[in-house]
Amino acid sequence: MEAFLQRLSSRLGRDMPAFVERPQWKHAPQQTVFQGYSQDELLDELKKQCTRIHTTLVETTTDGLYHTIEQVIDAHGGGPIVVANDERYEQVGLSSFLKREDVHVWDVSLGRANIEAAEKANIGITFSDMTLAESGTVVLLNDRNQGRTISFLPKTYVAIIPKSTIVPRMTQAARIIREQKHVPSCINFITGPSNSADIEMNLVVGVHGPMKATYIVITDC
Amino acid sequence: MAMKINTGQFHERVEKGIHNTFMRGAVAGAQERLRTRRLEAAAELGNWEQWRALGEEIRQHTLENLDYYLMQLSENVKKRGGHVFFAQTAEEANEYICRVVESKQAKKIVKSKSMVTEEIHMNAALEKLGCEVIETDLGEYILQVDDHDPPSHIVAPALHKNKEQIRDVFKEKLAYTKTEKPEELALHARHMLRHEYMTADVGITGCNFAVAETGSITLVTNEGNADLVTALPKTQITVMGMERIVPTFEEMEVLVSLLTRSAVGQKLTSYITVLTGPRDEGEVDGPEEFHLVIVDNGRSDILGTEFQPVLQCIRCAACVNVCPIYRHIGGHSYGSIYSGPIGAVLSPLLGGYDDYKELPYASTLCAACTEACPVKIPLHELLLKHRQTIVEREGKAPISEKLAMKAFGLGAASSMLYKLGSKIAPTAVNPFTVNDRISKGPGPLKAWTDIREFPAPEKERFRDWFKQRGEE
Repeated sequence: MEAFLQRLSSRLGRDMPAFVERPQWKHAPQQTVFQGYSQDELLDELKKQCTRIHTTLVETTTDGLYHTIEQVIDAHGGGPIVVANDERYEQVGLSSFLKREDVHVWDVSLGRANIEAAEKANIGITFSDMTLAESGTVVLLNDRNQGRTISFLPKTYVAIIPKSTIVPRMTQAARIIREQKHVPSCINFITGPSNSADIEMNLVVGVHGPMKATYIVITDC
Repeated sequence: MAMKINTGQFHERVEKGIHNTFMRGAVAGAQERLRTRRLEAAAELGNWEQWRALGEEIRQHTLENLDYYLMQLSENVKKRGGHVFFAQTAEEANEYICRVVESKQAKKIVKSKSMVTEEIHMNAALEKLGCEVIETDLGEYILQVDDHDPPSHIVAPALHKNKEQIRDVFKEKLAYTKTEKPEELALHARHMLRHEYMTADVGITGCNFAVAETGSITLVTNEGNADLVTALPKTQITVMGMERIVPTFEEMEVLVSLLTRSAVGQKLTSYITVLTGPRDEGEVDGPEEFHLVIVDNGRSDILGTEFQPVLQCIRCAACVNVCPIYRHIGGHSYGSIYSGPIGAVLSPLLGGYDDYKELPYASTLCAACTEACPVKIPLHELLLKHRQTIVEREGKAPISEKLAMKAFGLGAASSMLYKLGSKIAPTAVNPFTVNDRISKGPGPLKAWTDIREFPAPEKERFRDWFKQRGEE
């Protein structure tokens, strides 16, 4: 490693600096996107963007959430379903949903069986930790209770989005992640279903990951 | 696949490309779509020039402190339990990767799209070990199934193939029974590859941007294949060109925004994944072991030279999508996995002038590439610098140019020869002239008139006309 880096220092015509301060960049156009928008305005932008990323957006309230989730599940052909072991389900009154027979709750003690459950699942559901209005993106900070494959292996992906998690764009998410003591081993920025235009530039929705995506926004949360 | 593809002469490759009607149509169509989508995405932002200036500033700052940021990256990857290997050459990188694969007794390797692994010819090294290496990006998978056809575009590698050709290849090699509909073809690939992800021993990825401050790597895809490649196998190896790095998450997000807009006109692609180290304790999916291979392979020779700006590249292919030359000759004509304007600048630097001396001339110097570049690489100026280097230092100007210049030098040096030459020119080319245009030129003119017409010399010389005008 030392020879490798020394070569770079010498090509750059100096010794390796002991510390490099990140400069104040001359431009900051990313800060001005949706600057000063209210949560309602950000939600409007999110809705607009969802029409462009093959993603259905449904609005509901905490009270209506259970019913909405069941509707969404039925619309996509029912279970099996895989979800994260996430205390937020309880907070939004979904504890009984987790007890459905066709729901697999991620359980570290089961090891690889979780992945197999995700592979067989028709629908994978997670909460969005941060939601980017500009691009229509949900941000997942995965951990031991929320496997990475929940959002990739099932045919359909459903994100539950508390309205309070909506921020203008990736800029705010990057700042929040930098402030964390421990960066999660896997952070996903997911924008709609999996797709490809590799065959004659024709858009095919649903390649390796989910074929469909639905966002459920909880407007009072 | 090494960086070098299609070993024939440049002119033969171009000849082949120009006569491939389907490919030319596909390339023109793709250029139009990708270019339009990029312009729309830029227009929507409203202050695109500020974004470009920011992108340029970030890339320049990072390159000027590349040693420092790579040191920081390496320390932070290690802090998170990852392994880092610095590879000076392609051979060193492959040796290390093979060592890791052997130590795992791995047989099956799944891979997401990566230009640098193509550049170092990694698949061949692994196949020599007896491993099966499976490309999972749909475009790359199609090419691999078709007996390793080389990629022709940095972002859309199978651009030169039509769906009927893909259907036939799938029928022959993958027991495919359905039609040429892209949806059906893609679904078949999904089924085939699902099984491979679940049973692979090692996953190998490239790296769009490494983040020095956290020791993270960022992967940008639309298909989600990189996510399965990194979530399921027990060992992950990520290979990065050493310049693909940014200081923090905040710069990463700016460059990702520039990349996705410039490459495909999307605000973000479907999947941007940031991975830090191997899986954390207690996690069930994600790799148990993570190796980061940082590759130089000729890049440090570019650092500190007038060509340094080429290392700002974020591989979006916006320059490829506006290039009039690429439009006509296609990606394979470049003889390198790096095609288009960026390829014409980068390939001679990484692969040498012996193989790539023609590429800097495969440009009209129209500067559309420079204008399109989201990190403001002065591509056409760098092409011009290559030409200067080729002529001045290497003495390797194309032979036709040398002869033409020599002949012109001779003719122009003596006033008698010049007078004679310019006087007989119209008569000499008369048999080839139709309506003041030459479309089938003789000798040295042929190379030009094969592609376009040449104006016939004026019957009256300027000097004669001027003289006469003065007398009137």
